[in-house]
Amino acid sequence: MPEAKKKLKLALYWAASCGGCDIAVLDIDEKILTVAELADIVLWPVALDFKYKDVEALADQSVDVCLFNGAVRNSEQRELAELLRQKSKVMVAFGACACFGGIPALANQFDRESIFRRVYDTTPSTDNPGRVRPQTKLSVPQGDLHLPEFYNAVYKLDDVVEVDYYIPGCPPPPELVWEAITAIVEGKLPPKGSTLAGERSLCHTCKRKKEDKKVTAFHRVHEFVPDPEKCLLEQGIICSGPVTREGCGERCLNANMPCRGCFGPTPEALEHGASMLSAAATLVEGKEEAELAEVLDGIVDPLGTFYRFTLADSLLRIRNKSLGLEEKAEEGEEAAS
Amino acid sequence: MTQAGSPKSQAAAGEGWEPKVVAFLCNWCSYTGADLAGISRLKYPANLRIIRVMCSGRVSPAFVLKAFHEGADGVLVGGCHPGDCHYLEGNYKTLKRKLVFERLLEQFGIEPGRFRLEWISGGEGDKFARVAEELVKTVRELGPLGSTAERLGRADGLALRAEGGGGNA
Amino acid sequence: MPGPKIGVYVCHCGSNIAGKVDMDALREFAAELPDVVVSRDYKYMCSDPGQDLIKADIKEKGLERVVVASCSPRMHEPTFKRACQDAGLNPYLMEMANIREQCSWVTEDGEAATQKAKALVHSAVNKARHLEPLEDKTVPVDPKTLIVGGGIAGIEAALKIAEAGKEVYLVEREPSIGGNMAKLDKTFPTLDCAACILTPKMVSVAQHPNITLLTYSEVEKVEGYIGNFEVTIRKRARSIDEKLCNGCGTCQEKCPIKVPNEFEEGLGMRKAIYTPFPQAVPNKPVIDRENCTYYKTGKCKICERVCPPKAIRFDQEDEIITEKFGAIIVATGYQLFDPSVGPQWGYGRYDNVIHGLQFERLSNASGPTGGKILLKDGSEPEAVAILHCVGSRDTNYAEYCSRICCMTSVKFAHLVREKTNAKVYDLYMDMRTFGKQYEEFYNRVVAERDIYFIRGKGAEVMQDPETGKLLVRVEDTLLGVFREIPVDMVILNAAICPRPDAQEVAQKFGIQRSADGFFLEYHLKLEPMKTANDGVFIAGTCQSPKDIPDTVGQGAGAAAEALKVVFAGQVTVTPTTAEVRDTLCSGCRICIPLCPYNAITFDEAKGVAQVNEALCKGCGTCAASCPSGALRAKHFDNRQLYAQIEGVCAE
Ligand SMILES: Cc1cc2nc3c(=O)[nH]c(=O)nc-3n(C[C@H](O)[C@H](O)[C@H](O)COP(=O)(O)OP(=O)(O)OC[C@H]3O[C@@H](n4cnc5c(N)ncnc54)[C@H](O)[C@@H]3O)c2cc1C
Ligand code: SF4
Ligand code: SF4
Ligand code: FES
Repeated sequence: MPEAKKKLKLALYWAASCGGCDIAVLDIDEKILTVAELADIVLWPVALDFKYKDVEALADQSVDVCLFNGAVRNSEQRELAELLRQKSKVMVAFGACACFGGIPALANQFDRESIFRRVYDTTPSTDNPGRVRPQTKLSVPQGDLHLPEFYNAVYKLDDVVEVDYYIPGCPPPPELVWEAITAIVEGKLPPKGSTLAGERSLCHTCKRKKEDKKVTAFHRVHEFVPDPEKCLLEQGIICSGPVTREGCGERCLNANMPCRGCFGPTPEALEHGASMLSAAATLVEGKEEAELAEVLDGIVDPLGTFYRFTLADSLLRIRNKSLGLEEKAEEGEEAAS
Repeated sequence: MTQAGSPKSQAAAGEGWEPKVVAFLCNWCSYTGADLAGISRLKYPANLRIIRVMCSGRVSPAFVLKAFHEGADGVLVGGCHPGDCHYLEGNYKTLKRKLVFERLLEQFGIEPGRFRLEWISGGEGDKFARVAEELVKTVRELGPLGSTAERLGRADGLALRAEGGGGNA
Repeated sequence: MPGPKIGVYVCHCGSNIAGKVDMDALREFAAELPDVVVSRDYKYMCSDPGQDLIKADIKEKGLERVVVASCSPRMHEPTFKRACQDAGLNPYLMEMANIREQCSWVTEDGEAATQKAKALVHSAVNKARHLEPLEDKTVPVDPKTLIVGGGIAGIEAALKIAEAGKEVYLVEREPSIGGNMAKLDKTFPTLDCAACILTPKMVSVAQHPNITLLTYSEVEKVEGYIGNFEVTIRKRARSIDEKLCNGCGTCQEKCPIKVPNEFEEGLGMRKAIYTPFPQAVPNKPVIDRENCTYYKTGKCKICERVCPPKAIRFDQEDEIITEKFGAIIVATGYQLFDPSVGPQWGYGRYDNVIHGLQFERLSNASGPTGGKILLKDGSEPEAVAILHCVGSRDTNYAEYCSRICCMTSVKFAHLVREKTNAKVYDLYMDMRTFGKQYEEFYNRVVAERDIYFIRGKGAEVMQDPETGKLLVRVEDTLLGVFREIPVDMVILNAAICPRPDAQEVAQKFGIQRSADGFFLEYHLKLEPMKTANDGVFIAGTCQSPKDIPDTVGQGAGAAAEALKVVFAGQVTVTPTTAEVRDTLCSGCRICIPLCPYNAITFDEAKGVAQVNEALCKGCGTCAASCPSGALRAKHFDNRQLYAQIEGVCAE
């Protein structure tokens, strides 16, 4: 059969994510019909019913492209990632969570025990007198029931399998999705390992007026309505534009909101969070430590601000356990019992 | 869930564990101060290893994270006293970064004692030796931090494929 | 792809390194590191045969990177850079591991030192792998030298440079040059009078065509760098026309206002219009506007009326002078320790307790008593005590030895005996007469009559309520007894201290201070005039306490340093600057206000930032703030530093 007529075999999978990335695929609107013409969708749990055994039954390398969205939070997601890697010629980390951990990775500030304690014990709406916790195995008369293992940390996709391309975004914008699909279909992909977005930071395409920056106070977005024509950083709002890859179409900026960094760091940025932190801190003028501290305390929650989407891609990844979080958790349990 | 053990018991368990401390020192003051400590034959623990930069202002916070990532248990950044920076103002930039960065480290669960910013002049060999001594002592008490790979290994036993850490320096 | 060929050279530094670090283990360790093709150790790498090893390997083995593990790069980086260059390797492809100052000398345990040395070598090899060749650039040098401070150090330096045919600006804060030496009476060890040897030099300064003398002036701002300093000087208004004034002194005679004369250390008076002392250079008065009646009330103007050449200018304003200089010498001298901070010495409480410079003024023929050593009441003392080490060699004040006090004490003892009949008690902790002819001078004075040298620290000065005499308490450590010695006058040989504005001056000139507060030399032994700021040199007592011979020596030395700069005509400026990579810069403009030298500007056409390499000094601060990584600090870039971190953490 001539190459051109061969239909692309496409798999879409979601792991630890909100589902927005799947919707983003649909957001390419009527072009989805073109996709349907060009490709056979062999797996798409959000739209069609599949069982594990259906995936297992696929021949190795029989899927042309797998768009994998979501981070890896538990052992099931990891197994599926590994399985799909085996079945697919091209593995694409699709969306911020697959690329860098995304919002779910903010949970890396807590270990499993702390998360369980919160979710199964201490939230006000929880009533769990038996202190039931998820178990990986439960024996019932009918046999053993298995649940996936909930990891201590959230991982990005390339922590567990080799990734060929990255399409960032929360979710990836339809234009980028379409561009990527076209590139795949036309076989015009860049070298493996590439991110299918721009090389410079968002400021490059940002149309706001930029001047030499000096900040006298930091503000959070709910505090005032910034001038839509002016650089947000200059108005004291932490905007991750300078450290974040371009290519998103400035959706946030157009809504007069700062960039939160869902496209991840530029290729030469040392670290998404720490690099932006370094830049933001030095925007403040002054020499007196007390005065500086006062202004800089205006940057609340540095980790959440600067690593909103990229904690699982950071150098440190998870909160250090030697702080004794686990011990504290146990103490808490003892106290409770 | 498994008990990872208190920091101290880890230290005890990691037999012969010696803390690693990385020091980023500016060429003009603190590196000179460290040289003076040597010229004066002052003694401080060998755990502290120095990396020279021209100005403390060159030290990206990411360098500090990178050191922790690679398995440093403590990090020192040394600069000239305020007003004395060879490049006039580099150390003020360092100070500004520190004021936010310290809070970030805390959120990462890095105990405050593991990271220090100190102003050490070229004439303060004794201060350098004292700071080195103190920092190593503190870190020894806090116990091993472990590289990121070790810590993730401890967390979920996964062997990581990719390094993480954004850009590809 | 294989990395560049790296050679590692481990230096024993005699036993300085080899005595602690296991050289064989280190050499073998280095040999195993990736890309290392040769690893050697040698007794003295900095020696010619040591350097020849490197050169031969570069030529024969085609080394592309060199790592020297030895002393501090602050010591020998230029040496090894040159060796590489001689052998045809770009000098910026050499990296050093500091295993002496920062390893063997500071580590107790040999094994730990060896381990640390491995980490440092690993780090250096890692960095070396990522080094890139860079080319030094040269810029022209302004041929003028600025000297700040007109004491004997500054005077000596100015004359030497002027005589070598180069232009000098000498800036002195006071109305006259001369500094503290001008206050002295006789000078040890030869006892020639200070004025006799100083005045001719002061006059030469004023007359030399190559010297621009700016007295009553101060440096306000220093910008630029070696070869190209841009300096702003404020020449305070003297309130006279210096060209018209002929120094006749009529104004000073007629001025009705008397205030204490700083030059006389509080012992004598001067007028509101004054020259501080008769031999002042320039011999032109200034009006002290704070005390002048005209400036206070708008009336008086007596001086204007009496001035024969009509030189008084009440409306004169400060003059701001900006000039370019190739080199700067800071020679701002010392101030005496203030003994009133220690109540035990009774200074400020008892009339006849004075400090060394006050004694010099008393003994000086042009001083307030016409050279007679008199008590406050005008009578001659019958007994005088001289205390050494006041404020020095004392952990409560300054730990250092003030160096000159033993000799001044001996000199004072002699002068007291020469001019009065008083008995002299000299209370010393140790007698340090270190200089040429000093011990001989001491021996001469020891032999004089009625001078009693007592080994012990003068602990307290009290007053005998009955006789009114001063009582000096001392533990005579040779006899092992406590003594209370009744005297009429106590001379406190107070320490030579940094000036109170030393910190401000240090910051202005970009120099540092040592723990004792004096200006910090680049190397205590080998570079005593250089500072961390290239092109700025120090001389005299602003660097440490010194006598006149040493001060003069250092003044001449600093002149040689400055001449070296200005005669070279050009200086090499570091190529280790920052650069913006256009294809990565997004034009966020975060970096632009960060550079203290305004080296970063925005190229509107390209929409990117750019670094002016002539202005950039290579601190790298901007690179640490460029979020996208577009700004790169050459020779200290992210890749190189990450590699170093990996290296130090690996061992
Ligand atoms: C009591 C006493 C007796 C001594 N007797 C002897 C002796 O007999 N023999 C001997 O060899 N040595 C003697 N000395 C030591 C001698 O005084 C010093 O060695 C010498 O004066 C040092 O000269 P200098 O130029 O370094 O400093 P200084 O004499 O202090 O000169 C510094 C000059 O710089 C000026 N200056 C300061 N700051 C500024 C500024 N910011 N801008 C512009 N100008 C500034 C000052 O006004 C001053 O004129 C004696 C010292 C003392 C205290
Ligand atoms: S390296 Fe320093 S001096 Fe050079 S441009 Fe950057 S901030 Fe300015
Ligand atoms: S900070 Fe970096 S990206 Fe921003 S303008 Fe400067 S060089 Fe360009
Ligand atoms: S040179 Fe030391 S902090 Fe800038």
